[in-house]
Amino acid sequence: MFTPIQIFADWLVYNIFGIAQDSKLGSALNFFVFDSIKIFILLLIIIYAITFLRSFFPPEKTRKILAKNKGNIFIGHILAALLGIVTPFCSCSAVPLFIGFVEAGIPLGVTFSYLIAAPMVNEVALGLLYGLFGWKIALIYIASGEMIAIVGGIILGKMKLEKYVEGYVYKMNVKADQDIPDPSMKEKLLDSWVFTWDLIKKIWIYVIIGIAIGGVMHGWIPAGALAEYAGKDNPFAVLIAVLIGIPLYSNAAGVIPLVSELTRAGVATGTALSFMMAVTALSLPEMILLRRVLKPKLLAIFITIVGLGIVFTGYLFNFIIA
Amino acid sequence: MIIKILGTGCKRCKALEQNVREAISSAQVNATVEKVEDIPSIVRYGVMSTPALTIDEKVVSAGKVLSVDEVVGLLKK
Repeated sequence: MFTPIQIFADWLVYNIFGIAQDSKLGSALNFFVFDSIKIFILLLIIIYAITFLRSFFPPEKTRKILAKNKGNIFIGHILAALLGIVTPFCSCSAVPLFIGFVEAGIPLGVTFSYLIAAPMVNEVALGLLYGLFGWKIALIYIASGEMIAIVGGIILGKMKLEKYVEGYVYKMNVKADQDIPDPSMKEKLLDSWVFTWDLIKKIWIYVIIGIAIGGVMHGWIPAGALAEYAGKDNPFAVLIAVLIGIPLYSNAAGVIPLVSELTRAGVATGTALSFMMAVTALSLPEMILLRRVLKPKLLAIFITIVGLGIVFTGYLFNFIIA
Repeated sequence: MIIKILGTGCKRCKALEQNVREAISSAQVNATVEKVEDIPSIVRYGVMSTPALTIDEKVVSAGKVLSVDEVVGLLKK
């Protein structure tokens, strides 16, 4: 499928730029051109597909589904984690969403399941994972994100933390549900395209930088060079990766291309996965916003449980994937 | 006509406000634009994705930066 891109990259680098095929610069540049084009084609397709799918699940609909199932907590957690994938989510709406869910009587733990899954399993991360690591790793990422969301939400729910939610949240008195008009199919197809294009415009520079640094590493760092430090045998690698990943918010676009190079250089897959999850799941701006509805103690518990879930997943995959 | 833009002041909310103002001048309707940035007030409209738009207290769109043309269409309804 990607042969034409390889032919183009070979032609551009070796014929047009006139760089020798066996030089380090040549192979790095060729890799950069090929990877960039491939990634952008895949990103375009995947972001568009997910955005279009999401246009069928506005948060108002998600809330209705979850409110209907509030009797069965276990099903609630599973539904919330699944709906987290298909509901459009941006950290700027995290607070209205949280209040809307709690107001509708959706249990706190179930709301957290949603809040963990929604940012972690996102269109940019999936597009890049599929493009750089293949569908297996992309699926493992989705499955572990869902597991962390379900289990994390169940634990948070069991801890009876309602008293650490800011008091005003329970006294909102939301006016009768307004019916927000559902766009037509034509509008959905078009809106998804506008959204996809806007998103690509926002992230392309980070992707390019990530791939460029990856390209440099590809040319100069031999495969396996980092295995000694961040391979499976270093018991602290996952923990350190998660601690580095948590503050690196919002830049999944630049981080994932780098991580794909790191795994080639010997960083264990589980360590790489947990690093990416830490980058996407816990972002500083989202935490600052959530502070408006969660008291500091609850926010700290939330971050700790998600963090531990990610660390555990990292070790699990280092253990399973040979 | 009273138009309200519901949003917490993010980039997308500002983009929507700009489009709404352009739409009002191109459609030549008599309308005042208000911004609702306070979260409890936004949530009271039943809105969970921002930016959202209300015309005379009715929510007409949520979670989307409407284009100028789309707003003109809504104003003329």
